[in-house]
Amino acid sequence: MSAQTGDTAPDQVARLLALVPYLLARGEVRLEDAAAHFGTDADQIERDLRLLFMTGVSPGLPGDLIEVDLEALEGDRIIRVDNADYLARPVRFSPAEATSLVVALRTMVDTAPTEAREVIERTLAKLEEAAGQDGEGLLRLHVTPTPLESSAVVPVLESALAHGHQVEITYHVPSRDQESRRVVDPRGLARVEDLLYLDAWCHTAGGDRAFRVDRIVAATELDSPVADPGARARDLTGGWFTDAETTTVTLRLAPPARWVVEYYPVTGQRPGPDGTIDVDLEVASEEWVKSLLLRLAPHARLLAPAAYADAFVTAARAALRLYEADGVDSQ
Amino acid sequence: MVQPRAERLMNLHILLLGAKRFIGKDAIREACYPEHARGPAGDEAFERAFERDKDALRQIGAVIEVGSADAFFDDEIGYRIPTEQTSLPEIRFESDEAAVLGLAAQVWQQATLAKATGRALAKLKGQGVEIDPSRLEVVAPAITADEPAFEPLWDAISKRRQVSFPYQRADETQPTTRRVQPWGLARSSGRWYVVGFDVDRGAERVFRLSRIVGTVRLTGKSGAYDVPAGTDVREVARRLSPSYPSVRAQVRVRQGTGVGLRRRAESVTPIADHPGWDALVVEGPVHELSDEVLTYGADVVVEAPRSLRDDVVDRLRAVVAAGEEAR
Repeated sequence: MSAQTGDTAPDQVARLLALVPYLLARGEVRLEDAAAHFGTDADQIERDLRLLFMTGVSPGLPGDLIEVDLEALEGDRIIRVDNADYLARPVRFSPAEATSLVVALRTMVDTAPTEAREVIERTLAKLEEAAGQDGEGLLRLHVTPTPLESSAVVPVLESALAHGHQVEITYHVPSRDQESRRVVDPRGLARVEDLLYLDAWCHTAGGDRAFRVDRIVAATELDSPVADPGARARDLTGGWFTDAETTTVTLRLAPPARWVVEYYPVTGQRPGPDGTIDVDLEVASEEWVKSLLLRLAPHARLLAPAAYADAFVTAARAALRLYEADGVDSQ
Repeated sequence: MVQPRAERLMNLHILLLGAKRFIGKDAIREACYPEHARGPAGDEAFERAFERDKDALRQIGAVIEVGSADAFFDDEIGYRIPTEQTSLPEIRFESDEAAVLGLAAQVWQQATLAKATGRALAKLKGQGVEIDPSRLEVVAPAITADEPAFEPLWDAISKRRQVSFPYQRADETQPTTRRVQPWGLARSSGRWYVVGFDVDRGAERVFRLSRIVGTVRLTGKSGAYDVPAGTDVREVARRLSPSYPSVRAQVRVRQGTGVGLRRRAESVTPIADHPGWDALVVEGPVHELSDEVLTYGADVVVEAPRSLRDDVVDRLRAVVAAGEEAR
């Protein structure tokens, strides 16, 4: 019976129970206006109304079927519904509905710029009240947004993209643990797997660059227009944008370090001795591998390439020296 | 012709809505389920369909009351949907508030929650609220839930049904099957956790969704348990996460490095005696701080507390020892 994939019978009933009060309050409504109001298409509204036409107080009990003026619907594309006064009010929020909406707004409060917070909180208060006292009509769902999810950078980038303006960004490069400021011509934002990237022409580097948005520490929209306003965003899904050539490294992970498999795209995985696993990773930077191994110390060993393994142990020794001397070198 | 389910649901809703007395199961069956003939097979099919339909109406928001359908004998169960409890209270929104609602529709990237938000908003639109998100210059956050376990767990939470799933702990080689009464979901640091009562261990537990390595099965009846009053899933997730209590640490960081630590430091002060180094105060569980400090190698040194300093030193020594052994 579903007219479209994912549209279940309860979905259709939920839609009708929201549509009817709107129609009854207005008397007659143009099909197109109703579709626009509910953000759907006229076909769906028409299908829903044809179902409504079949329902009403059931056979064997007093009362009549709901009346839908099909002539007006088909001819003038005008909706008239009658004999449905008992459906004059929408059904209250189900716990799942109230929760999804309330948690969306709570997350917006956390992430919105200060000046927008007041209106969101006002809206939220009204919904929380409608959901029941002390949130008893709500399910337990809590979101603490990550810096990227709540990034104040994204709106700046979107605005610059919409206006064709240049942006000055402060970019954090973890492999060198440095921040750099650069002026870029933004072309587009693209989500690749879990990460959001800014595709841009970088004036500082003099070339195309893809920046991970979660590493853009700050962004300012400039008044200056981009140099090439027609330039289109590139397809970032091919993985071409890793700046350097990659090297395959093989790590042996003890159980406490297994989470690496969940976090990084592992190209190969084999069981190792004593409950360890051996994994292959494609990496663009030796510095990055060194940082990862230090973070996992001593639960990860580097099996290949050998040169990286030496650099890692050297780095550990250098760090240890700072503690053993208990002094601060001031190089 | 078998009537479509949507039609039957509408009729059931209308039949029960505003009924002055409880309507008996038999009368309901006669009015809305004529396709199920009397007899053992038909009886069972009717019961199943009726249970499923009641669930569906509750998911839509209807409040279904159960009571005695007979004034003199209380052995016949009846049902009704009281109009006042089931109707959405009239809420008025200013135009800027309606714009906020439009933005809220964009927050959930997960299909089921996006759909639930859409349904809630449709009900407000049914009250005549005009929603236009373009009036507000705010970008909605985008919350994802890509773990396959999210959807069945959310479903189980809204129905209060027990679940079972294979769970892979990081420190075990094989997944084990866990039986849980889920209370709620919490997202933190970009990860989803489910909090609930572990039936086999007889205690509350928290599970990371990305470590659920197989199908989440819903078992048993709806409304099988109550979530303890006042349960705060974020607090439970934090309390039960395998982490140590938070400490405040003093670390020395070489200038121009340790950006991640600097960004969340409580304070950053240059050290007069040691040019080129800053003193930072950061807070976090020992093992997390230890991981983070190690990441920066010889650019960060822990001053205090002792527990953190010892942990970092032990881990570095282990690496150096293993490196020498390998020679």
